[in-house]
Amino acid sequence: METLSYRHTAARRAAGARPMAIVGVVASGNLEVLVERVLPGSDCQVEISTPVIGFAKVWEAVITDFVERRSPGGLRLSINDGGARADTVSLRLAQAVRLIEEDGR
Amino acid sequence: MNPPTDGRRQSPSWYESAARDRARLLLDAGTFAEFLGPEAREMSPHLGIFDLPRQFDDGIVVGHGKLAGTPVFVAAQEGRFMGGAFGEVHGAKLVGLLRAARDVATMPVLILFDTGGVRLQEANVGELAIGEVMRAVIEARRAGAKVIGLVGGRAGCYGGGGLIAGTCSALAVSEHGRIAVSGPEVIETNRGVEEFDSKDRSLVWRTMGGKHRRLLGGAELFVDDTIDAFRAAAIALIERAPAFDLAMLKAEQARLAERLKRFGKCADGLDVWKQAGVDDPAKVPGMPADEFIALARRIGEGRHDAR
Amino acid sequence: MTLAEILASLFPAGHDIVRQGGIMLGSGPLKSGGRVTVVGVADRMPLGVDDALVLAGHVLAAIDEGGKDPILVLIDSDSQRMSKRDELLGLNEFLAHLGKCLMMASLQGHHTIGLLYGHSAAGAFIATAMSTQSLVALPGATPAVMDLPSISKVTKLSIEALQEKARSTPVFAPGLANLAQTGAVLATWDDKRSLADQLQALLDAPATPGDQRDRLGKERKGRPKAADIAARVYDLALR
Repeated sequence: METLSYRHTAARRAAGARPMAIVGVVASGNLEVLVERVLPGSDCQVEISTPVIGFAKVWEAVITDFVERRSPGGLRLSINDGGARADTVSLRLAQAVRLIEEDGR
Repeated sequence: MNPPTDGRRQSPSWYESAARDRARLLLDAGTFAEFLGPEAREMSPHLGIFDLPRQFDDGIVVGHGKLAGTPVFVAAQEGRFMGGAFGEVHGAKLVGLLRAARDVATMPVLILFDTGGVRLQEANVGELAIGEVMRAVIEARRAGAKVIGLVGGRAGCYGGGGLIAGTCSALAVSEHGRIAVSGPEVIETNRGVEEFDSKDRSLVWRTMGGKHRRLLGGAELFVDDTIDAFRAAAIALIERAPAFDLAMLKAEQARLAERLKRFGKCADGLDVWKQAGVDDPAKVPGMPADEFIALARRIGEGRHDAR
Repeated sequence: MTLAEILASLFPAGHDIVRQGGIMLGSGPLKSGGRVTVVGVADRMPLGVDDALVLAGHVLAAIDEGGKDPILVLIDSDSQRMSKRDELLGLNEFLAHLGKCLMMASLQGHHTIGLLYGHSAAGAFIATAMSTQSLVALPGATPAVMDLPSISKVTKLSIEALQEKARSTPVFAPGLANLAQTGAVLATWDDKRSLADQLQALLDAPATPGDQRDRLGKERKGRPKAADIAARVYDLALR
């Protein structure tokens, strides 16, 4: 297993007040993203656990792109990867942020 | 599926829904609260040995909420993670929930099965968990708690899951649901394709599927593949579930003996259904849910006091 | 030990246990003077719907008699019977029913003891051995959840690779030592000593109420998390 961790500063804090959200499932070609509103300011952290070794550069690019487009400030995103493709990863990250920014339940 | 008649959205498919969504949407809106959820990160301590990815909730969601105003406990297995199979942590979450139900006794437990059985990478501890779950179900029922099983997910309800289902007070199953001990592939590997062709989907469903289980008496209710249908079934089953006592076990002994007498020589599900009183058994597999439910009601409701 | 030797050591004064195909039914005297009901599966028979129902009936009869006679379950079985017919007829219910009857007996004050002397696996293991209050074994017993070749097929790892991994963990590979360490098997009896004595000692020992297997697994360092996770969920649920 490979563990990766990336820290960024987003343009602004993520909207909403929900403390936590989760999307996805750990299955072949899929992943789960747990997102928690626990960081100060516009800090953003993404931690990945993946059984596919050697793709750090790809993860880095996907995460950097995600931070730029979605401004997930204040959020810690934790990923358990089941061997997903980059576009699925991007999708889940976006879904996670959308969910935690949602009003109400 | 019936079109919505009053502008409301159709009830989501049970089969397509994630475990957490099934639990949340089954219960009264806004009442579901999870115990030891993913943020607790209580994962499998064993999958790393096999270089397998873990899931934050180890594939099961446990918590409580209200069902039509009644406080209930709920456990929902995620069939898409490791086939919903029982591992150490997965099983322990369900055991803890059931022990609580035993000591509260007034709160029913809904088990949303979606499991292939024991997680082989954790075979011994998974099997132990299943044994402990069965004991905990019995103790909870003995204390007066109803334990209702709902089966309709991707993984079905196989192996030890099938045995746990057999300890529940009552069961509801949908078209997608299957309940069995040995899986189709295992039977084929052990006994040959003549005994069981695991690739014959129709055979699998005639032998283990929801409609067959309903007609055989292996499940109390057959329901459509929607959250609403399972919710209605859970409410109905809580009402009529039997107590767990010697009289019930004797009634079950009689029920199962009667089943062997009636169907023991049947070669196929079609023969069972014919024996059970279905005029045209070949029509059953393709029958839409509401038609099948009406047929099953005409055939007869099994005993309610013998599970 | 052969089955005959086991029965002779358990019941030196004789017994009335009879074979009915793959199963055994009967009773025998205890050293203390009482009687113990005996049921069992022999000769590595797979457990199917028919035999499961007969065994359950015998257990129910024992409960019906009242009293507090213990029940001894002798186990040398295969897995559940793997056949179209058994699944068609709802094997899960038959095996669960047997398990329920054994657990009910225990709740009614009949100490249920599983004595694993041969093999047992999967669904048969759950319905018999794991449904008893106290599971003990004789040296040489070979319990398994699933055999290594099947685990190999499903996990896509070679048997050698699995055996290598099994050296560092008791959680998946077949065997008595692993099932003891994880908390399933309470104790392994001494096949050089009187089994009647060991049975009596087990019956006389003070019994902690409730299922202790997860706690045992934690103590023996075979199952590090189960007891704590169950306790935490329990506490949260009762709040």
